[in-house]
Amino acid sequence: MSVRHALLALLSEGPKYGLQLRDEFEARTGEVWPLNVGQVYTTLQRLERDGLIESDGEDEVGPQKSFRVTVDGAAELDTWLRTPPDLSAPPRDELVIKVLVAIRVPGVEVRDVIQTHRRHAVELMQEWTRVKRDAGPDELSLALVIDAELFRLDSVVRWLDTADARLRRAGTVPASGPPSALPDPGPVRAVEVRR
Amino acid sequence: MSALTLTGVSKVYGKGAGQVYALRAVDLTVEPGELVAVMGPSGSGKSTLLTIAGSLEEPTDGEVTVGESPVSRLSRGERAALRRRAIGYVFQDFNLLAGLTSAENVSLPLELDGVAGRAARAAALVALDRLGLADRAGRFPDELSGGERQRVAIARAVVGERRLILADEPSGALDSVNGEAVMRLVRETCQGAVAGVVVTHDAQLASWADRVVFLRDGRIIDQTTPARGPESLLDADPAR
Repeated sequence: MSVRHALLALLSEGPKYGLQLRDEFEARTGEVWPLNVGQVYTTLQRLERDGLIESDGEDEVGPQKSFRVTVDGAAELDTWLRTPPDLSAPPRDELVIKVLVAIRVPGVEVRDVIQTHRRHAVELMQEWTRVKRDAGPDELSLALVIDAELFRLDSVVRWLDTADARLRRAGTVPASGPPSALPDPGPVRAVEVRR
Repeated sequence: MSALTLTGVSKVYGKGAGQVYALRAVDLTVEPGELVAVMGPSGSGKSTLLTIAGSLEEPTDGEVTVGESPVSRLSRGERAALRRRAIGYVFQDFNLLAGLTSAENVSLPLELDGVAGRAARAAALVALDRLGLADRAGRFPDELSGGERQRVAIARAVVGERRLILADEPSGALDSVNGEAVMRLVRETCQGAVAGVVVTHDAQLASWADRVVFLRDGRIIDQTTPARGPESLLDADPAR
C-alpha cells in the first residue's frame, strides 16, 4: 500500500491540510487501513523534498499548512496508477508449505490440516461479508476493499479444495480412512525443484 | 423449537456390493432466523442432504423434523402439505414455468395449497414487491434477465408463511454482483421464524451464512464457529 501515492491522489483534487488528508485517506479506503497522522506528515515532507507537492509557506509541517500537487507530482501519480503491482507469487507461501509438510509428517492427516485452514479462511470471509452486509449502499470504497479480500480468501479456499481433490486422486489420502496411510513424498520433491 | 433437525440421517443408494452411502449419520440443527450453508465438493452429499431436509426424498435411516413435524410420521398427504406450506425451494436453474407470468409463478404454490386465486395473487405481489419486482409481475420468464428470474424464484420460495428456505447453488450462473444480490435476499429472508439452508461449493456464497457446515463423503466433518465480529477485522494492523 503506497501512502505516498494515495496522498498524491488526494491532493490531485485540490489543496488540502494534513489532518484532512488522513481523514480522507481512511474514508476512501473504507476505514480498513488506519493511518496515523505522524505518518502523513513524514510522507508529506518527503513528497515536498522530492518536488512532487508544494506548500504555502516556510512554516514547519503542521495542521495549518496546506499542500498542493506539482506538475511532476501529477505525472508521478499517473505513472504509478498505470504501473502493474508485483503479482508474482511470494517465494514461500506459508499455507502451501504447511500442506506440503503435512503430507510427510507421520501421524498427521493432511486432509484435516487442509480442513483447518479452509475453515479459518471461510470464517474470515464470513466476517468480511458481515461488514459488507452492514455497509450502506453508498459505501463504495468499503465494498471494493471487501471484495478484494473476499476474492483473495476465496482463492485460498479454492486452492485448498483443489489440493484436497488432487491428493485424493493421487491416492495419497484414503477416501475416509485412518491417518496411518501415509503419503508418498513425490509431490514434495516436485515442488522443491520448482522453488 | 428448531426450524429443522436432522438426527442420525443416512442415505444409501443401491444394494449389496453396489451400495453407495450419500449421507452417513448426519446430525444438523437449524434454528429460526438462522442461515446455514453446507459446503462440500461434488459428490459429498450436499444435494441429497437438501432434498431429504425438504422431504423430497426419504432417508434410509434417521429422522427429519421440520418445525414441530417429524416427517417420517406424516402421511403422504401431510408431507405434501408441509412441502407446499412450510418449505420454499430455490434451485440453481430457477425452475420457473415458462407459460406463467412472474406473479402466476409465485402464486402457484399457494393456489395448489387451496388459497383462493385473488388472495394468492395479492400474496404473490407482496413477495415480488419485496424483491423489487413489482413492475415485472406481468412478465413471462423469457422476458426477464437472469437476475430477475432468480429473484422471482426466491419470491416463489418465500411467498406465504414459509418457515424453511432451502437453496441449491442459488446464484446459479449469475455473475458475482448478481450472485451477491441473491444471497443478500436469502440472508434478509432468514429472520424471525424463517430459517434457511444453502448448499454450495462457493465460499463467497457460503460466507453469507451465520454458520458454514462442511460435508465430506456424506459426513459433517467440521463447521465454522460464531464470528468474532467485524471489529476484529477493522482493528487490523495498519501495515497490512
